[in-house]
Amino acid sequence: MSIVKNVACPVCGTLCDDLEITVDGNRVIGTKNTCAVSEAKLLNFSDPGHRNLKPLIRRDGEMVEVSWDEAIKRSAQILAEAHYPILYGWSCTNCEAIRMGIALAEEIGGVIDNTSTVCHGPSILSIQDVGIPTCTLGQIRHRADLIVYWASDPYSAHPRHVERYTAFSDGRFQHSEWESYVARLRGVLGKKRLSRASELTLMKDIPLPAVTGEKLPPSFRTGKRKLIVVDVRKTRSAEHADLFLQVEPNKDFELLQALRLLVKDEELEVNEIAGLPVHLLEEVADALIGCSFGAFFFGVGLTMSSGKTRNIDAAIALTQDLNYRTKFVIMPMRGHFNVAGANVVSTWQTGYPFAVDFSEGYPRYNPGETSVVDILSRGESDAGLIVASDPVSNFPREAARNLIKQPLIAIDPVASPTTVMADVVLPSTFVGIETEGTAYRMDRVPLPMKKLVEPPETCLSDEEILRRILKEVRHLKEVRGET
Amino acid sequence: MKVTLLTGRTIDQGTAKEHGKLSTAYFENVAVCEIDPDDMKTLQVKENSTVRVTTEHGKVNVRGRTSKRGPHPGIIYMPYGIWTNIIVDPQTHGTGMPSFKGIKAQIESAPTENVLTLQELLENLFGRD
Ligand code: SF4
Repeated sequence: MSIVKNVACPVCGTLCDDLEITVDGNRVIGTKNTCAVSEAKLLNFSDPGHRNLKPLIRRDGEMVEVSWDEAIKRSAQILAEAHYPILYGWSCTNCEAIRMGIALAEEIGGVIDNTSTVCHGPSILSIQDVGIPTCTLGQIRHRADLIVYWASDPYSAHPRHVERYTAFSDGRFQHSEWESYVARLRGVLGKKRLSRASELTLMKDIPLPAVTGEKLPPSFRTGKRKLIVVDVRKTRSAEHADLFLQVEPNKDFELLQALRLLVKDEELEVNEIAGLPVHLLEEVADALIGCSFGAFFFGVGLTMSSGKTRNIDAAIALTQDLNYRTKFVIMPMRGHFNVAGANVVSTWQTGYPFAVDFSEGYPRYNPGETSVVDILSRGESDAGLIVASDPVSNFPREAARNLIKQPLIAIDPVASPTTVMADVVLPSTFVGIETEGTAYRMDRVPLPMKKLVEPPETCLSDEEILRRILKEVRHLKEVRGET
Repeated sequence: MKVTLLTGRTIDQGTAKEHGKLSTAYFENVAVCEIDPDDMKTLQVKENSTVRVTTEHGKVNVRGRTSKRGPHPGIIYMPYGIWTNIIVDPQTHGTGMPSFKGIKAQIESAPTENVLTLQELLENLFGRD
């Protein structure tokens, strides 16, 4: 039995690198410092029930086991014959595999797009338009005294983010507010009990604290770290917050612009914006200006709702406005553990972060045209290669339907709707558990991913699979005299 | 009843995913719709009984549950997964990104109808012939 320390977690973009994993023989038997999601992955990844173990090819409607050579040949054939193939996924693998994928896309004149196209694609477009004042998570941990999660629920999607980098982390100049949160929680629970007891005995209701306060809570008058959550519903993270602002759905843009006006000391001639009273927003604007180091984190709630890119423009513009008055930074909450890496590698290899089209022989980038959901919705592609992702589940129906109509190759360690519908399934290894490599945290800090156990003998790493396909494609082209 | 549909990540969906998308845990945690407690009453939906969610883009049956994150009258919430993606708005407005949140939808109680499992849904939607 051995304990591997400082393991980076291969699940979400927080990329916590302080896990301690107990390995016995070739099995993970214990975890420390993990959250629920990370523990579920590390303890269940090798469950044979959902693991792809052998290369498979669809013949007469049935999936049959074949040798690696045959599966690679078939994949190369599909890709070499296609006129406009798409290569999609990339956020749950290492940078080494992504680099290989880009080489393959160039060779076959395909489109390579990563999952950011359906999560923070609009954020990237906005950042290209207006820039971004940002920093690393370490700075926020040590210095930020005001944290705002906007349309993001770290409790559910990035469970350790608050504890490692923001309100509940202990930094050099700012301290964890965990204890005051627990005290507040006790207070609320006490009141709830009191109200329940009074309902039973006096038949009288004692009102609970309001969901959205009418004014700022007392903690805003202290120098301590404060947490604000803005969301369309009271998420679990909102319960941890000093202040929760419940914005009406699709009204984030209005709220952001209103705050911009208030930060610039303009008057608003209405009483309410996006369901929130203006006098409260004035206090919030004062709190934003009054902090010494503020940090916005925004989630896909902003990129996926009405306004999309424009919401992010407004959020970044608000951050820029605030920098005339104090210090403020902003950062997108990236989802998968290496989705930032997919953007970084794509940018350094092709010049563009996602939706890169090689069909003209050189990289072209025009999201809305060269992004896979659009290509699939228009039914333009004629083959697909999916790496460590599940677009059959995650894409809108028409896009998913068109993806399945074409010859489809799936490289994935686990079974998913995409591998179930694929024509070729190539069983790969888990990056960060069975294969090492590099991944980028959400603040674009690269971290090494470790190998904890040996992969099953019949599985290959994503990088190796892609290298073999690329080699075979080049060979096929040579035979046909295309090179 | 007319509602606004939001889709998003939940911690149960996140952990269930790691047990495999073809698992029962995944089905139980993802093929659901969280509804405001008062709306549950208006719609006469019993906890865990079937509700039908319809949008311009399609319809799907899932299990209705009382939202613990309420009150949010007129808003329903579904975890990311194949059940939601067959009814979301595919329009990307030139950004490459479909609209997964804030979609106009209709919800009704359908206690006698089934919720399709992932395999049945795949068969139904994309069945190969
Ligand atoms: S917060 Fe994210 S990176 Fe950290 S342990 Fe949980 S899943 Fe892993």
